[in-house]
Amino acid sequence: MKRFLVPLLVLLFAAGNVFAAVAPQSPAPDFTLKSLEGKNLRLAEQRGNVVLVNFWASWCGPCKVEMPHLNKLYDKYRAAGFTMLGVNVDEDPRTAIGAAGKLAVRFPVLFDADKLVSKLYDLQSMPATVLIDRDGRVRYLHRGYREGMEEAYDKQIRELVKE
Amino acid sequence: MGVIDSPPKRLRRSPPGGQRWRTGGAGSAAFAWLLRVFGTLLASLGIAPAQAAVLPDDRAEALLHVYDGGGVRAAGPAFLVRKSLADRVALSAQYYVDAVSNASIDVVTTASPFKETRTAFGLGADYLVRDALLSFSMDSSKEPDYQADTFNLNVSQDVFAGMTTLSIGFGRGRDDVGKKDIGMFDHATHWQYRTGVTQILSPRWLASANFEVVSDDGYLGNPYRAAQEFGAFVPERVPRTRSSRAVKLRAIGDIGEAGNRLAVRGEFRHYWDTWDIKAETLEFGASRYFGSQWLADASLRYYTQSKALFYSDNAPQQNLYVTRNRQLGQFNSIGLNLKTTYTFGGAAAKYGTKLSGGYEFKKFSFKDFTDLRTGQPYSHNAHVLQVYVSATY
Amino acid sequence: MMKRLLLSALLPALLGGCAIEPWVKPFERERLADPIMQFQRDALSERHREHIHVVREGARGATGVQGGGCGCN
Repeated sequence: MKRFLVPLLVLLFAAGNVFAAVAPQSPAPDFTLKSLEGKNLRLAEQRGNVVLVNFWASWCGPCKVEMPHLNKLYDKYRAAGFTMLGVNVDEDPRTAIGAAGKLAVRFPVLFDADKLVSKLYDLQSMPATVLIDRDGRVRYLHRGYREGMEEAYDKQIRELVKE
Repeated sequence: MGVIDSPPKRLRRSPPGGQRWRTGGAGSAAFAWLLRVFGTLLASLGIAPAQAAVLPDDRAEALLHVYDGGGVRAAGPAFLVRKSLADRVALSAQYYVDAVSNASIDVVTTASPFKETRTAFGLGADYLVRDALLSFSMDSSKEPDYQADTFNLNVSQDVFAGMTTLSIGFGRGRDDVGKKDIGMFDHATHWQYRTGVTQILSPRWLASANFEVVSDDGYLGNPYRAAQEFGAFVPERVPRTRSSRAVKLRAIGDIGEAGNRLAVRGEFRHYWDTWDIKAETLEFGASRYFGSQWLADASLRYYTQSKALFYSDNAPQQNLYVTRNRQLGQFNSIGLNLKTTYTFGGAAAKYGTKLSGGYEFKKFSFKDFTDLRTGQPYSHNAHVLQVYVSATY
Repeated sequence: MMKRLLLSALLPALLGGCAIEPWVKPFERERLADPIMQFQRDALSERHREHIHVVREGARGATGVQGGGCGCN
């Protein structure tokens, strides 16, 4: 057992340094994706607004539970310089359109079928929510969705909008 | 029903050398070890972020099942209702009726055909505790001459960013065994210990391994069944303990295109117990979507088992235990199952309403059980039919 | 005892710290999430099927279906 102690400890330290592509205070990686309306939407164009990027999919249960809460937050803050982008990662955009219709998504839906943006943001969960401030910097990162998380979103959006 | 006149003869021979009849003690030692390993793993992973487990979805199902094979006909309805509360608990209830008309070869050659109805109901609760799913269930089955009550507890935990799911489970059953015209005369207890791991291999493949120990204690025979000794019918004499182990390996993968998904699966189970029965089960299946509303399943299952130590078609000597229960003899069975599911469109689509119909053809071939009417090794076909409708809400 | 303590201390690093990275990302699990990728899709139907196997055969267990007993013969 002792023979393995040093290699194991090295592994432990190595394991601790998890590289995160998206960390708080780092600039949010820019991307351009096709939206449900048909035109391309670029993240950098949203600079000046507070942006909430939500990665979701039609096959993800918690994503569907989260959607009505996101709709409510969009309606609440959109007049205060806030916008929301729903990045869908379904393989087939048609399934995404169907799901967006059923959930009555009111904010822009973007298609990331190739998963390029998902990989760019190194998503560790589904759904994943990124809150970006007016200067294009990542401020908050949420993994998954649990009941009550929408209150945290509300508080954080209000804080960022007031800046 | 069964006609048993001569009482079992006094035991003269000791049990066959080398065979240990294990009780629930060995099983519980294995379970304690499993708990320790699982506990260590869970404790150490409490810190690590894991993919959230989900409650099973709300569902209502109504099933009509029919089994017709070897002279036995069993049919009846079954119902399932499940509802989740506050996204934390899912409660479920099940009800099952089996109207049995038994004219099987045992019954026909040693007794007379009979009819009886079995009713079973169960209640279950699933709790979501952070990243673990705890499931409790209680089932009760009632026949005129048999009452079985079972309790099950399972814990399943997603670890390693949801790539791996570990599960552990425990079950205990208590039966009251009876005989017509006598009433309840004995008991049986059953213990089950289960553990399993499911692993995501790739974006398209999953594999799982399951291990289960089952231990039985008490009256494990059938008060109506006769065995044969020197050509004469005697009541069967079955040990009062039995302990079994089973290991199952499965893999399932999606080999279809983006439009129409096609899942194929393979399963293999190896079983062995203290009655010296060894069995292998091999199953292959495929499921494919046809358009947006049709789903078809097909599967092939092959089962083979070796006989129990004290099984004999016609015992040439008197042993402590003897049985002529062909389900404990050497036999194999092959089954082909076809199923279709239709998802309703229109107004019913809101509830994901589905209608399924399935048919399975099975063939049983017994190697050392003689059909007393013909003198040949017995074999029979069986037909299994299932029609059910399900909705999620 | 020492072995268990060591294991408890190291496992979170190895698994939580992801020295072995999960090689299927959460956003790549679309096909795995499809109902046809479940080993047992319809609980009631599977339960009935398993009941037939337990009654007509000598083997039992490791199927993932938990149920009660009966005096079925």
